[in-house]
Amino acid sequence: MIEAVATATPPPLAKRMRGLSDRSIAWLFVGPTMLLLLAINIFPLLWTVRLSFTNFRANRPNAEVLGVGLDNYISVLTDPDIWAAMQTTAHFLFWTITLQVLLGFTLAWLIDRKFRGHGFWTTLILIPMMLSPAVVGNFWAFLYQPQMGLFNYAVAALSGVPPSSFEMLGSVKLAPWAIVIVDTWMWTPYVMLICLAGLRSIPATIYEAAEVDRASPWRQFWHITLPMVLPFVMLAVLFRGIENFKMFDMVNLLTSGGPGSATELASITLKREAFEKWRTGYASAFAVILFVAVFGLANIYVKALNAVKNR
Amino acid sequence: MKLVGISTAHSVVEPTARTRGIAGALVVLYAVVTLVPLLWIILTGFKTPQDAISYPPKVVFTPSIEGYCNLFTTRSRQTPEYIAALPPADGACEKVARDANMVVAGTSNYIPRFVNSLIIAFGSTILSVGFGVMAAYAFSRFKVPAKDDLLFFILSTRMMPPIAVAIPIYLMYRELGLSDTRLGMILLYSAVNVSLAVWLLKGFIDEIPREYEEAAMVDGYTRLQAFRKVVLPQATTGIVATAIFCLIFAWNEYAFAVLLTSGTAQTAPPFIPIIIGEGGQDWPAVAAGTTLFLVPILVFTVLLRKHLLRGITFGAVRK
Repeated sequence: MIEAVATATPPPLAKRMRGLSDRSIAWLFVGPTMLLLLAINIFPLLWTVRLSFTNFRANRPNAEVLGVGLDNYISVLTDPDIWAAMQTTAHFLFWTITLQVLLGFTLAWLIDRKFRGHGFWTTLILIPMMLSPAVVGNFWAFLYQPQMGLFNYAVAALSGVPPSSFEMLGSVKLAPWAIVIVDTWMWTPYVMLICLAGLRSIPATIYEAAEVDRASPWRQFWHITLPMVLPFVMLAVLFRGIENFKMFDMVNLLTSGGPGSATELASITLKREAFEKWRTGYASAFAVILFVAVFGLANIYVKALNAVKNR
Repeated sequence: MKLVGISTAHSVVEPTARTRGIAGALVVLYAVVTLVPLLWIILTGFKTPQDAISYPPKVVFTPSIEGYCNLFTTRSRQTPEYIAALPPADGACEKVARDANMVVAGTSNYIPRFVNSLIIAFGSTILSVGFGVMAAYAFSRFKVPAKDDLLFFILSTRMMPPIAVAIPIYLMYRELGLSDTRLGMILLYSAVNVSLAVWLLKGFIDEIPREYEEAAMVDGYTRLQAFRKVVLPQATTGIVATAIFCLIFAWNEYAFAVLLTSGTAQTAPPFIPIIIGEGGQDWPAVAAGTTLFLVPILVFTVLLRKHLLRGITFGAVRK
């Protein structure tokens, strides 16, 4: 590369002077991205905020739009259905993250034993997280069919319960676990991959020094491995947390929030309010609240993460 | 987690052969169990509708192309007399249809939806990587006022729940005539992906030594020429990896697609789940559609495996 540059004939001085200044290039280069984000992200966001103070309904564009002040926010925050959806979301978040961290870390630790062919198997394990969540939700609905579904059949074969005696998607008690299982199936590889990077970032010399000091393997694990992988685990939790707080596609296809509202996560409630009941103003208020919540929680979390990293 | 305790009984620095063996066996077991659902879908694509819903689930079955035929065609039911009077079937799918007392009536919407997915995914990838590489270069090399705030702002656009953005986008597109158009979806996916592109590409460009461009500029190149002829070629790997991540996102996206498209611009993810046959979902056809839709992703996963970590963490973790 350097050679190619060196042998190329230098353009004449006059042309060089005509080149744009660094400052204008900077603006020119950042401009398109900012314009795109302003048009398709910020402008809509501001519009959402504006709509949240009105009684606008998108299916009645000609009706008179009235400002309602904070009414939408008050009704969202006092709506028991919204709080039920937040609880469902919290259950989903807690269990998916817990299971994915436990499984993901264990897998990463096992892969880091560097057995023969670990690269090949790692790639295979990664496949589920690359798939379309919607398509995944759809085919898991097939696997979860009572009677003919593979999942029920496998559970029956392992536990002896008749395969038609339970419905993963039809039962209010099991459906919340059905979505946790699919999410864990899909995203454990994600946590695994980040944990693996953490494990590999630990210099071998630290372990060697611990060996010299005759630290037991347990002590090495607790005092070297875990603390050094922790920032990586926290990062994985941050990304999974944001993604699952927004979760819509997979669950919409698996259960559409049902049965009843057993798996109705915040995003699904939002979709029902905005695109089925067409309460646009109310849905906008809920959207603003959700965004502020994600944004606020993520900010606090990043501070905690940095504190751990800089320990 | 018990296993961690058992295996750390050996030196962590150099695991013993036994530790390695146990670890390998467990990882292989996990990989196999986790891939069974996927293999099952691929198999289901080759079953007849009857085999697909039989109990107990059939592992051994006679393969059939009915699923793929049903995916690509629409059929209409006819009387046996009508079918008997027709000239001999041309084509395998016509034959399969006639065996079920049906004739092929036309092509299904799967191919147009698949083509939409391709156009929208590639269109938005070109746009977001193009914009992204420019912004990333500026953030990497120049003093941009409030740089960190801008970068964080770009990232934070990714935190919004898609449904929250979809409400005003739906209204805005209705006004602008962009509802259910490919252009509308390309712009929307570009806006979502550009944040990822900027963050990833900034990481890749940061790794290219500034001295390369400076040397070129000493030789008389302008800044723009140096960018085009020195930085871009050096960043090829990063650009390709970023492009694949953008492609995968656009390819897989569902929430915006289902809310903002219904016909001409509809992509495959909202279409596949609504493939129905007589009496409910046609599972072999759905499985066939799913399989074809997933093949590009499997290829990309293998191509990307070295950059996956970077891509999924917005460049926060590099190796």
